[in-house]
Parts: sequence; C-alpha cells; structure tokens
Amino acid sequence: MPPLSIWFVRTALLYLALGFTFGALMLSNKGVPYAPELWRLRSLHIEILMIGWFIQFAMGVAFWIFPRWWQEPRRGDERGAYLAYGLLNIGIWLVALPPLLGWAEPIVTTGRMVEVAAAIAFATHIWPRSVGREG
Amino acid sequence: MPPLSRWFIKTALLYLVATFVTGVLAVLDPPLQAIPGSGRLAIIYYHLFMLGWVSQLIFGVANWMFPVRSREAPRGNEQVGWASYGLLNGGLALLLIGEMLRAASSGPAALWLIVLAYLALLLAGLAFVLNTWGRIKGH
Repeated sequence: MPPLSIWFVRTALLYLALGFTFGALMLSNKGVPYAPELWRLRSLHIEILMIGWFIQFAMGVAFWIFPRWWQEPRRGDERGAYLAYGLLNIGIWLVALPPLLGWAEPIVTTGRMVEVAAAIAFATHIWPRSVGREG
Repeated sequence: MPPLSRWFIKTALLYLVATFVTGVLAVLDPPLQAIPGSGRLAIIYYHLFMLGWVSQLIFGVANWMFPVRSREAPRGNEQVGWASYGLLNGGLALLLIGEMLRAASSGPAALWLIVLAYLALLLAGLAFVLNTWGRIKGH
C-alpha cells in the first residue's frame, strides 16, 4: 500500500472511531437524557462519517488499487491526490465546526467549496488511471 | 475470500435490500398509518444504509483485501474481527427494535435498548479500527 493510501485509510479509521463515538454519545443521550447539549454534535457526526470515513476511505483504496502505468511513476502525477487529501481534511472541519461553535455560515460555504476542490483534485489524478489493460 | 468477509458482505447485501424496503415504507406509511412507530423510519433508514450496508461492506472487503499483518496472523486477531461483526449486527438489531418500541410506547425498555445499541455499535467500530490498523502498511 503506498504512503498516501496509508494516510488516507488511517485518517479514515480515526474518523470512524470519532464518528461512532459522537453517535454513541448523542444517541445514548436520546435513550437516557443526561446532556441535551450533546445534540450539537450532530453536524460533526454526519460530516465526519460521510466525508471523513466513507469518502476518505474510498479515495485511499482507489489510489492504492486502481490500474498503474508500466513505467515510473507507476501512479502518474500524484500531486492531485496529495492535494485532495489536504483539502478534504481542511474542508471537513470548516463544514463541521461552525454549527458547533456558532461561527458564521460563510465558513461552512467555504468548507464545502474546499471539499469540491478536493473532489476535483482527486478526479484529476484518478481519471487517467481508469483504464483497461489495453490502455 | 475468508469466511468473515463472506459473512460481512452477504449481510451487507441483506441490509441493502432492507434499506430500500425501509425507504419504500417511509414513503408509503404516512398516509396509511399501518406501522406503529413509522415516525422513526427515517433514522432507521439512514443507519441501515450507512452502517448495515456501506460500513459493513467496507469492513468485509478490507478484511479480505488489505495487506496481511503477519504470517502467523494474516488478518489480525480473528476473534476481534468476529466480535466486530457480532457487535455491529447486534447493535443494529437492538437499534431497530429500540427505535420502533420508542415510537410505540414511552417505557424505559426502549430507551435502554437504544443505549445498548449505540454501545454495541461503538465497540464494533473500535474493534474494526484496532484489528485493521496494523494491516495498513506498505509491502
């Protein structure tokens, strides 16, 4: 597994643990109410699991397993994928934290735009690798 | 494909069907009011989809395809792997029952089922993370 996939997948696993923890806190609180303010974790819970866990895991595995070239560099220009990793993780927190901390809505919009940039960067990298054996 | 992965993936496929059935019920039931607790169908739908289908499929494929940990324990601790399978599906079943009960009555049993469900789901996630972490490596 290449280093970037290790970063993607390990980060995804950390988000999985964090997202499940927030979910357990929030929804056990629904079962036996002990801290109503835990509901404020909802946006963080959804963003962390949807983007931090699912999307990030898929990107990491795709970077690892998609067809490689016959010559070096075997995975082509990797800069788009590295950029996607950075942008995705910045975007997640820009989207997830404002509702929790009472920050302004434009920060969420900026976070979503950063996530779009991450998706474009990753697609730019993986697009040429989506080929059959005949190239 | 190892047995644990087959169990994860086949169970995930059953959850995929269950998710779509729940989606249909969530659309059909409001005018009919035939299912007690149908107000909880949306939250059940999302958890069946995200945990029962997507996460479970990922768990199964990762257990199958990720680099082996060592010659002695290629897929980590098999018992921890099976524990994550049991906890994930036990937790989802408890959640399903708890949410439906909660909508149908206000007794404490439903509330405690929900607490137990999320404890089981949390432990399932942590078991998977712990068992998979050492397999994320280069050659």
